[in-house]
Amino acid sequence: MTEKAATRDAYGAALEEMGAKYEEIVVLDADLSESTRTSRFAKKYPARFFQMGISEQDMVCTAAGLASAGKLPFASSFAIFASRAWEQIRNMVCRANLNVNLCLTHAGITVGADGSSAQALEDIAIMRALPHMRVLVPSDDIETTQIIKYLVTHRDGPVYVRLGRSKVPRVNAEKYRFRAARATKLRSGGDATIIACGLMVSIALEAAEMLAGDGVEVTVLNMSSIKPIDVDAIVEASRATGRIVTAEEHNIIGGLGGAVAEVLAEHAPCPMRRIGTRDTFGESGAPDELLKKYGLSKDNIAGAVRSLM
Amino acid sequence: MNQSEGVMERITDISQLKEIARQVRLDIIESTFAAGSGHPGGSMSAVEVIVALYYREMNYRPQEPHWPDRDRFILSKGHACPAQYAVLARVGFFPHEELKDLRKLGSILQGHPDMLKTPGLDASTGSLGMGLSYGNGVALAGGIDRKDYRVYVMLGDGEMQEGEIWESAMTAAHRKLDNLCAILDYNKLQIDGFNEDVKGIEPIADKWRSFNWHVVEIDGHDFRQIFDALDEARRTKGKPTIIVSHTIKGRGVSFMEKVAGFHGRCLKPDEMETAREELREPLP
Repeated sequence: MTEKAATRDAYGAALEEMGAKYEEIVVLDADLSESTRTSRFAKKYPARFFQMGISEQDMVCTAAGLASAGKLPFASSFAIFASRAWEQIRNMVCRANLNVNLCLTHAGITVGADGSSAQALEDIAIMRALPHMRVLVPSDDIETTQIIKYLVTHRDGPVYVRLGRSKVPRVNAEKYRFRAARATKLRSGGDATIIACGLMVSIALEAAEMLAGDGVEVTVLNMSSIKPIDVDAIVEASRATGRIVTAEEHNIIGGLGGAVAEVLAEHAPCPMRRIGTRDTFGESGAPDELLKKYGLSKDNIAGAVRSLM
Repeated sequence: MNQSEGVMERITDISQLKEIARQVRLDIIESTFAAGSGHPGGSMSAVEVIVALYYREMNYRPQEPHWPDRDRFILSKGHACPAQYAVLARVGFFPHEELKDLRKLGSILQGHPDMLKTPGLDASTGSLGMGLSYGNGVALAGGIDRKDYRVYVMLGDGEMQEGEIWESAMTAAHRKLDNLCAILDYNKLQIDGFNEDVKGIEPIADKWRSFNWHVVEIDGHDFRQIFDALDEARRTKGKPTIIVSHTIKGRGVSFMEKVAGFHGRCLKPDEMETAREELREPLP
């Protein structure tokens, strides 16, 4: 966990790399291409890059049209602005099951100083509810690269990829390969399981380290594929450890915690706690300060585990 | 019209097209009547333009609906699909008898267009404001691939009130999409009444001109004017064209004409009798 990189940086690099090999890849952005890192693709393949201006709804439907004509579009903006185009995503992209890759950056509270208007904390919930939609939340740069490569070679309809603004510690090995609906076990322990996604995976690992110091051994699962979700891994975690804590940079309603709770309730009920923002908007601040204030720190995760013991 | 071997047999004879339009109007009232619901008013206004596109203007192959080089028709005002379904059936995308199952459970003909269910549809529409953006995407793809296909997008007038329309109008002009032609089916009525009472859209032609589009205004029930406008659109280079097609909602059935109520309801049995009678002859 020494290296640190932003998932959006890995996204920009992966797009540029895949663009060389796959001519059908086209990229759209809504006036944020420097921030989303799609500018790298734009500079290299200007004929396949569409600057759409500040028009996210137009961008989503244009991407749908491109996909219908055989292109493989990647459309990017900040996560909060995908929520604005939710009905376009539903009716033009998902209903027709088109291969549109929506890769949104600056998700979650760690957007930081821009404050609550820019901090998407509901996007997993609303995207997860869409038929045909897949929802992926990479935990680090290695996983982001893997996911982009996977999406180019597995064209199974629409997908929402949730990326972050800030640099996060690397949690996956270089040889890691993404597989849909497959959680990755990053640490094993019999007392509880922490299921996390995005940057919360690294914080979950820190919490696990802290707990181990007190003799509490926990399993840590990286649940980067929130939809489809790894039902078997959740059931196994419930049966093996009997206690589950979820951790996400998202409202506890409808996100990873909600998805895991649905699986547990139907297949293997056990006591659980959800770490995430608690049905509230964020505010301006430094990412670390915000994670602490809104209950997303390693202490919060460790505390949730202890509360189940 | 296209035959199975892929050779176009275009119909340009206006009396023949008027007869086809008459049959399509009957299909619209019959299919929505059988369904017990639907949007006949805005379907009737669009008939001549859709007939002209499929019988005279566009390249496509009914036996190969996904032929990559086909011209596309995107019905952004998706609620008018009974008109498009009737034409798709008549040119051979699916059997005409499917029309009687419009809007019924398990039908290939959904209440609003669903490209996963209906052969010949190029887009799934129904929620207003989105079709032009989608058409721009298809036109942009054609540009990258250096294909000659053209993209036709039919818009509704009430739809002009959607913000995304103007986002997509800017995109098409900015990208100089001269392989795209929008057609505004301007029947002046929306669900709650006249456009100008609900939220006025005038001066609509000037709005499009100011967005850097080439604008042609026509009587959308006059085949000759439709042909000329489509020809002019094809000749116009460096900018997209919109045909402002002045039409009459409910056109062809006297008591349906210019009545907002027929936006979203089908005819009653006694109304059907009168309508069938009125549609015995092609419109003048």
